Amino acid sequence: SSWWSHVEMGPPDPILGVTEAFKRDTNSKKMNLGVGAYRDDNGKPYVLNCVRKAEAMIASKKMDKEYLPIGGLADFTRASAELALGENSEAFKSGRYVTVQGISGTGSLRIGANFLQRFFKSSRDVYLPKPSWGNHTPIFRDAGMQLQAYRYYDPKTCSLDFSGAMDDISKIPEKSIILLHACAHNPTGVDPRQEQWKELAALVKKRNLLVYFDMAYQGFASGDINRDAWAVRYFIEQGINVVLSQSYAKNMGLYGERAGAFTVICSDAEEAKRVESQLKILIRPMYSNPPLNGARIASIILNTPELRKEWLVEVKGMADRIISMRTQLVSNLKKEGSSHNWQHITDQIGMFCFTGLKPEQVERLTKEFSIYMTKDGRISVAGVTSGNVGYLAHAIHQVTK
Amino acid sequence: QIGSVQSLGGTGALRIGAEFLRRWYNGNNNTATPVYISAPSWENHNSVFVDAGFKDIRTYHYWDAAKRGLDLQGLLDDMEKAPEFSIFILHACAHNPTGTDPTPDQWKQIAAVMKRRFLFPFFDSAYQGFASGSLDKDAWAVRYFVSEGFELFCAQSFSKNFGLYNERVGNLTVVGKDADNVQRVLSQMEKIVRTTWSNPPSQGARIVAATLSSPQLFAEWYDNVKTMADRVLLMRSELRSRLESLGTPGTWNHITEQIGMFSFTGLNPKQVEYMIKEKHIYLMASGRINMCGLTTKNLDYVAKSIHEAVTKIQ
Repeated sequence: SSWWSHVEMGPPDPILGVTEAFKRDTNSKKMNLGVGAYRDDNGKPYVLNCVRKAEAMIASKKMDKEYLPIGGLADFTRASAELALGENSEAFKSGRYVTVQGISGTGSLRIGANFLQRFFKSSRDVYLPKPSWGNHTPIFRDAGMQLQAYRYYDPKTCSLDFSGAMDDISKIPEKSIILLHACAHNPTGVDPRQEQWKELAALVKKRNLLVYFDMAYQGFASGDINRDAWAVRYFIEQGINVVLSQSYAKNMGLYGERAGAFTVICSDAEEAKRVESQLKILIRPMYSNPPLNGARIASIILNTPELRKEWLVEVKGMADRIISMRTQLVSNLKKEGSSHNWQHITDQIGMFCFTGLKPEQVERLTKEFSIYMTKDGRISVAGVTSGNVGYLAHAIHQVTK
Repeated sequence: QIGSVQSLGGTGALRIGAEFLRRWYNGNNNTATPVYISAPSWENHNSVFVDAGFKDIRTYHYWDAAKRGLDLQGLLDDMEKAPEFSIFILHACAHNPTGTDPTPDQWKQIAAVMKRRFLFPFFDSAYQGFASGSLDKDAWAVRYFVSEGFELFCAQSFSKNFGLYNERVGNLTVVGKDADNVQRVLSQMEKIVRTTWSNPPSQGARIVAATLSSPQLFAEWYDNVKTMADRVLLMRSELRSRLESLGTPGTWNHITEQIGMFSFTGLNPKQVEYMIKEKHIYLMASGRINMCGLTTKNLDYVAKSIHEAVTKIQ
């Protein structure tokens, strides 16, 4: 007999299931709106030009493959911190931060979760917005933390339940951990406005909560890296020493290269050094040191003026295409004669849109029109093109009229 | 019967395997299951299993400092005394840090005890091809255990044998009784991967995959690995012959009998301090040296320095 007879089959990944069903579909008009990766207007993956240039520069230098330090590539981690905090940030200039390279967003989140489990003694509780990215919960749980929730999305309006959020957060026990999506909330696309962020900052400060920002879409949400980092920077300016996870999967299209970073804002540079030493002790038994390639590409782009400029244009291009698809979807729905209010589609931001469609309607979209999305009505706007937005609007109108 | 999960280097493979064993090995909570690591071993082995949640980590006898070789009897005794179902971390070849491997005959004895006492083999294979120059020879122990019907894990690293260090290419290979068991194991390992790094970096794996699946590139790689292994073997024989010519006190055959990147020279901490302070030769306090640091240009200097250290310092 086997050691593993009692091992249960793990549940299939729900989003993967969507893609698999999509692949099996033979309808020429089929659409995959489950994919969480950017697609161009032809529905193809997009490798940024600045990335190709950086890759060529790397290849021409014929560098060796020696191990990176445990904390990662220094040029990358410094540039990452500067990108998030802003070059004029007091926290950045004073050096009262530590940034370590992580395995894209997930790896960076996990390092942070493990660090909190080991060193944040006040609480085991991490408060997530309702809903949040599906992987947040198992990441924190595997790190040994407990999950709680605060109200966030209002399904009646398909927008932010701000009073519900403020109410719940005001009741969070002091010195708990609260996770906030810096921009382009996943899965709803619903972000607080700046005045609302200000109120949230005042409240978490009053409740003395540890703030954990997940920023996976800087630049990708509005097209403007400074605007997308506004909340993170505002909180730090208010004296809130946040921890932050960054990903370059979407904004630089570096998905499989796994480029990310985890940052801790500290009281001073000396504290930052101590925190760094402990982060390294956590990382070493996980994977020893991080992969170089993605970090080097990102570092070259961020640190080479012409390439950085080119990147800003390209990331704006991706954001603009998504925003334009949102606009076209709404106008096409109007043209179809839909009487529903679809404003949330253009109010929401980033890759994802919570359409408000119910499971039965989603099922009809899949069965009758070969349009694939997750049961919660979430679509990846990245899967919409000028070639299929009309078909999508037509189908949505059919199942909602 | 075999499945695998790409990992971040050998370390990542060990960690995923450890996390899985803690959750699923012998019942659903293995925090108390004993994990045995060789004395000495790579220091990070201990940290990997501690951070994966194991509370009872023990050592098994391995290095005999007096005879500068394998303490086989001590090893087998520890296995006889270990609680059934304990997990044993075995170095597939080129033991780090001692460079001392069991012979095939000794591996057979180890396997026999492990089978009888239901001990779980978790192989760490970081040097396949790099140790002897032969991929098959360096995999002999793992393959023997498989042929004996063991279910086992093997954490592979491509850092050294492909020189892909910073690309973080590794693989956790799972050998099970049948495909159904292996599929369920992999499905649970995927869940662990998902919360640790979601999915692995693509570049290094593409390089390894392209090489291993192309007959031409595979042959070229085989040659490259043998070149690296041969250089290390040459440095070993050159160092030994110099020490013997110098008449350096003690026996130095262990330098050529050991294998792989590292050699436990037998230098004591004081002698090591002398090497570092007086001769600017940096090595571990344990007396471990990385043979790759030797070149034809520095062999004489290193041999003379070892000679001085051993004759001047006791």
